[in-house]
Amino acid sequence: MTDQHSSLSNLDLETPEKPFLDANELVINMGPQHPATHGVLRVILRLDGEKVLGLECVIGYLHRGVEKIGEHRTYTMFNPYVDRMDYVAAVSNGLGYCETVEKLLNVEAPPRAQHVRVILTELNRIASHQLWLGTHALDIGAITPLFYTFRDREEILKIYEKYCGARLTTHAFRIGGLQYETYTGFEKEVKNFLDFFRPKIDEYEELLTTNRIWVERTKNVGTISAQDCIALGVTGPVLRASGVKWDLRKAQPYANYKNFDFEIPIGQNGDTYDRYLVRMAEMRQSVRIIEQAVGALPEGPIMAKVPKVMKPAAGEVYHSIEAPKGELGYFIVSDGSTQPYRVRVRPPSFVNLQALDVMCRGQLVADVIAVIGTLDIVLGEVDR
Amino acid sequence: MGQILDYIKSYLSSSQTPGAAGNMFWVLVYILLVFAGLSVAVIAMNWLERKILAHMQVRLGPMRVGPHGLMQPIADAIKLLLKEDIMPAEADGLIFWVAPFVVVLAAFTTFVVVPFGPTHAITDMNIGILFMLGVSSLSVLGIVMAGWASNSHYPLIGALRSSAQMVSYEVAMGLAVVSAILMTSLNAEGTGTLSMIGIVQAQLAQGEWFIFKFFPLGLIAFFIFAVAMVAETNRAPFDLAEAESELTAGFHTEYSGFRWSLFFLAEYSAMIAVSSIAVTLWLGGWLRPFPNFLNNSTWDLVFSLFPGVTFLLFAAMCFYNALRMPKHPLFRVQTIGLAGFGVVLGLIGLVLFIPAVSVRIQDIFWFSAKVAGFMYLYIWYRGTFPRYRFDQLMRMGWKVLLPMGLGVLILTASVALLQQKLWHQ
Repeated sequence: MTDQHSSLSNLDLETPEKPFLDANELVINMGPQHPATHGVLRVILRLDGEKVLGLECVIGYLHRGVEKIGEHRTYTMFNPYVDRMDYVAAVSNGLGYCETVEKLLNVEAPPRAQHVRVILTELNRIASHQLWLGTHALDIGAITPLFYTFRDREEILKIYEKYCGARLTTHAFRIGGLQYETYTGFEKEVKNFLDFFRPKIDEYEELLTTNRIWVERTKNVGTISAQDCIALGVTGPVLRASGVKWDLRKAQPYANYKNFDFEIPIGQNGDTYDRYLVRMAEMRQSVRIIEQAVGALPEGPIMAKVPKVMKPAAGEVYHSIEAPKGELGYFIVSDGSTQPYRVRVRPPSFVNLQALDVMCRGQLVADVIAVIGTLDIVLGEVDR
Repeated sequence: MGQILDYIKSYLSSSQTPGAAGNMFWVLVYILLVFAGLSVAVIAMNWLERKILAHMQVRLGPMRVGPHGLMQPIADAIKLLLKEDIMPAEADGLIFWVAPFVVVLAAFTTFVVVPFGPTHAITDMNIGILFMLGVSSLSVLGIVMAGWASNSHYPLIGALRSSAQMVSYEVAMGLAVVSAILMTSLNAEGTGTLSMIGIVQAQLAQGEWFIFKFFPLGLIAFFIFAVAMVAETNRAPFDLAEAESELTAGFHTEYSGFRWSLFFLAEYSAMIAVSSIAVTLWLGGWLRPFPNFLNNSTWDLVFSLFPGVTFLLFAAMCFYNALRMPKHPLFRVQTIGLAGFGVVLGLIGLVLFIPAVSVRIQDIFWFSAKVAGFMYLYIWYRGTFPRYRFDQLMRMGWKVLLPMGLGVLILTASVALLQQKLWHQ
């Protein structure tokens, strides 16, 4: 096992790096109150001047014990809690949880519910990527894209608000399907949004993709190889930007993604610029998926037959979905009672954050900020 | 008493700056005027930057304090003055205290030689441009002091960054300036000048702004200066020293209240100062557009109307927006205030139409208008560009701008020499 692991990658995170000549090492505490650590991440930087010798992440400032709470709630009651983990992609979190419990109960949501789920989840992917783009650009010093992305994200939140009354932590799905039928004009509004949003992606790209400073700041910054990604368990756009075509929507199709035609954008160099391009392309692919889903929204029930009091048979199940940030997995153990015996979440942000040290070594302080931005972490999910 | 009056009056017939004429009373008056004007400009710039940036970013900016947030800078200033004065326990007290004053002093002292008109400068030095570059680069000292005295990591890194940046960009800046100064020597005698007023007068004599001289050499030199001056003032995209997302606030992280506002004041007056250098060296200083081609009395009249018309336009904007104000009684005070502001601006505009005033104010108007253009550019950059990284910034300074500056200097010198040779034949 160990041999296999080391053959995957030649990562060496144990040997400390030395400063140039016998210069003094500067240890800086970045965060937890820092404008660019996306919440309450604390990074202890070891610097040689501006060069990063190594860093250590200190997490837990946002720990709320979500997994433990799950052990004292019924399956239905725990559903809204998962929205609070990755609060910018609450819908994806809900989808993952609902599907896992459905797998445990051995039920399947009806086709119409599946379709609506796909639409809302992909809208959420766009919203999450928009938030990432705005804050990432802000970290690198471009302050304007933030306001453009927030302006456009608002349209998605409006759709959510109309659908289920909440904008951020939506609790949009129920175990077994949906609680609410779509509102009148839902399809039209989603289509309008797609028409509105398509030129907006071009607008963002116009501001950044060929911007000389942007390219200089992101090319060859925070490079991580495919091997290292796999060794560290990094998933999502970060993995794909390193050239691995791994997307759970294709690799282990869930919901009804296999019915839709879309591509998995990948990068080559695994640097910050490629990750930027991959996410931009993903937004376009999401638009494509939503378009197909809205165009072929089937009629029918929205809720499968699920018992009012859920008592899944004793056993365990692991199910994962492709959240905007990577593989979001739920491992649920049932002891046959109304409450899960154990809920374990595999949050993409937490696992991806491990790569920060690898990506930042030998780079400059300014790059650490860029890399934290490009990892697209949400501290609520890291700490849970 | 009569003697004093005579002393004061004696300057009025002079065609020199008060400093050059040696009249201390008028020097004092000019200093006060420049200081007051600069403070107003910084306040206006504060409001404009927030408003323009906001409109670039599809938001409104300050809207609550006064009509369209016009009173916001004043509210901010009051807040800053009333704030608790915090000095970190571990800070080096004396240096921490002195640093902001060094920066402000450096920024304000440069204005001694800024020529707002042929006689509208505090003084005219024969080494004016050198004085300006020299004094403005003293602000590095204040920044290093601030960063060091704070005894904290972020300010230290910020100070190191900004001092390295300012020192390296000064080289490119200096070379660009030299090539402009070379152009002043293109006259029959072949002698150039370093005096700020002399440089503008040389442009008048040669009938050409130096930005168009030896096209494209003047333009390239101007471009180098325009890039270097943004870096010199630590503004976006070269604002690494105060890179908010990396170093929280750079060298002034530990400063608050009044001391912080001094840094703010210094930053904006430094921006105005370097813009004035650029305007003086390449854009013809106080000269109105086309002083040589369109120089009959009709055009003189047309151009003399510009200051008044500009202010009337501002007034019209105020009235238009006062009309657009919500009609709700809550907004009555704001509407009246905005209209009142419009009336003040309109009256100023009307006063500027009086020939006696407009003749005297013209130079100042054109100079300020050109500087205002640069100020807009600063805001525009900030809204558009991401931030450079430190090594990229240094690479650009030393490997791009410096060789370019040297090349332009050599080319300018060769062309000037050739022209001078032809002149004497």
